[in-house]
Amino acid sequence: MNELRTILGDVVTRLFTDLVTKDLLESAETGAWPEALWQAVEENGLTLPLVPESKGGAGGSWGDAFVVARAAGRHAVPLPIVETIVGSWLLSTSGLDVPSGPLTIAPVHREDRLRLARAGSGWRLGGTAARVPWGRAAGHVVVTEAEGRMMVALVARGAGQVKTDQNLAREPRDTVVFDAAPVVAAAPAGRGISAPAVSLYGALVRSAQMAGGLDYLLRQASQYATERRQFGKPIGSFQVIQQNLAVLAGHTAAAGTAAANAFRAADRGDAAFEIAVAKVRVGEAAGIGASIAHQVHGAIGFTYEHALQFATRRLWSWRAEFGGEGEWAAELGRAVAERGADALWPHLTAR
Amino acid sequence: MQTFRFELGELPPEAEALRAEVREFLRQELGDAAPVRRAHSWGGFDREFSKKMGARGWIAMTWPKRYGGHERSALERYVVLEEMLAAGAPVSAHWIADRQSGPLLLRFGTEAQRQKFLPAIARGELSFAIGMSEPDSGSDLASLRTRAERVPGGYRVNGTKVWTSNAHLADYMIATFRTSHDPAKKHEGLSQFLVDTKLPGITMSPIIDLAGSHHFNMVVFEDAFVPEDMRVGEEGAGWKQVTTELAFERSGPERYLSSFALLLELIREVSKDPGERAAATVGRLVAHLATLRQMSLSVALMLQAGENPNLEAAVVKDVGTTFEQEVPEVVHALLGVEPTIDTGSDLQQVLGFLMQRAPSFSLRGGTREILRGIIARGLGLR
Repeated sequence: MNELRTILGDVVTRLFTDLVTKDLLESAETGAWPEALWQAVEENGLTLPLVPESKGGAGGSWGDAFVVARAAGRHAVPLPIVETIVGSWLLSTSGLDVPSGPLTIAPVHREDRLRLARAGSGWRLGGTAARVPWGRAAGHVVVTEAEGRMMVALVARGAGQVKTDQNLAREPRDTVVFDAAPVVAAAPAGRGISAPAVSLYGALVRSAQMAGGLDYLLRQASQYATERRQFGKPIGSFQVIQQNLAVLAGHTAAAGTAAANAFRAADRGDAAFEIAVAKVRVGEAAGIGASIAHQVHGAIGFTYEHALQFATRRLWSWRAEFGGEGEWAAELGRAVAERGADALWPHLTAR
Repeated sequence: MQTFRFELGELPPEAEALRAEVREFLRQELGDAAPVRRAHSWGGFDREFSKKMGARGWIAMTWPKRYGGHERSALERYVVLEEMLAAGAPVSAHWIADRQSGPLLLRFGTEAQRQKFLPAIARGELSFAIGMSEPDSGSDLASLRTRAERVPGGYRVNGTKVWTSNAHLADYMIATFRTSHDPAKKHEGLSQFLVDTKLPGITMSPIIDLAGSHHFNMVVFEDAFVPEDMRVGEEGAGWKQVTTELAFERSGPERYLSSFALLLELIREVSKDPGERAAATVGRLVAHLATLRQMSLSVALMLQAGENPNLEAAVVKDVGTTFEQEVPEVVHALLGVEPTIDTGSDLQQVLGFLMQRAPSFSLRGGTREILRGIIARGLGLR
């Protein structure tokens, strides 16, 4: 890892450790928007890693975004940071200005159809987008087809009708109905932005968050196993606990590697293969990891009082968002089958 | 707390250039070898193949030229290895010597030993076996009891080694014996020796595996005389050397590619008409495989950088062998075809071979439980 990225990692870790407290997480779950935390995140330039400096961003790479997204997952940060990262990238890559404040991305479900239509000198947006992260609290960056080409459009917060909902971690997942909603700006999609860009890059950032969530589980469960005593000794001294934590370590390592590799591929350009690999591998690790972490913690980890659930409830939701493992695995499998068995190894080693 | 690191890295251009050369060589050498033969992977023993590898300069790639090596990078060696394994090349006649016996001699051997053995290994002419396990010493390796007693000019050896793969084919064995006995300090008093497998006093008998194949042996030493100059390293330093050797053994791509031939047959089968379930099954396995390759490569890059990724290597071996073992199960669950020995389709035969081979994946080179113990130590639990 290069030095700047190490510094970035230190900055986000310090910021989240200081500000993302248990009280803040509990308050966010009641629907409160953590404005002070958002301000701090924005002031530290964490939300626009991929936006050029000339446009007010950090002028960085997906590799930098990975550091932020993984840390956001590790600390269960209750903000649309990764959605803002993807949304601002979609906008700036398409030559559009990036507004300040939180952004979200739509449509989350590939089957949701959003319609962009010309109205006078501008555009209007129609259609319904389900399960939009922080749909109530953020500006909407939309990728959809219009007049035969892919377009990226920005719709202001509140321009659609919001039906609030939430995921298991009580993060906002709202249905937004756009009825000829005014569009702030729209442009033909920039290079590399295809029809499923939202689900693809949504899957990418969720992979990083989940890898971070697993980092937390491994650290927390290992720590707990050295502190909790039963039968006169720390439970971590029992081989069966050690073996289970080693399995968790393996999944955590695989998740971190798969996610990092997908972000590296995103910096190279075509990352569809690596993103599918990451969403499948990390999603599987998330389920197994949550199970082991809870087993090690026993009953205390099953309480709302204990912080473990902030991570595990997110993992259970995130793995299903922007396409679950089954969906991505089938897509990956079809591509592999199409290339044929003899192409598998050359394909793997060429990437 | 940072317990392990898997940094991504790139293979240098010279390593990638080598890949094309290796593939062309394998295409010529293996041609249309049957899938079930390829499934033997690093189990295949073929001295002629090993000599060709030696002639190409693909054994001893990283060793100094004065010992017959080629002074190439560990990453170039890694590329050759992963290409050999992915193609199912019969590397076992030189594999052990290239991976661990040679590096052990380079590190701890005398100058005379290096001169005598390393160039021949590099040419693919000398095959090695490993004499570690004993009837009562498996995972608890430090409890081994085969004695090497000092006698004029060398040592007299008595005891029994088991599971010694290819000892009946190998020219030499690096064996670990007990040279002094203090029950309170079982990790001390071990020493390593270069043992000529044709020595008087050595009797070998096959141990047939569950599939009826002979690669394991029981090697009985009865007053076998091993000359003093065949001791490797200091007397009593054996434990440290053995653990170093095991680290060489645990870090390579051979720990996730053992079932690769079956994955290829599965893809061939599924490609005909990929339904949703079959596609998802293939996709999931490929996601695991692609991730393991990056993890394994990460370990290789750390080794090249002179780091000591023992913990990372244990993680890759544990995750990798779990994957290798899962492939036959997944194929069975999806297709339900009967595994066969030498009839039926290629898929059935490869499935039959690997189904029977898979239990060994998490035993060889340190059991799953031992590796997870190493990982748990890395997590601060012991």
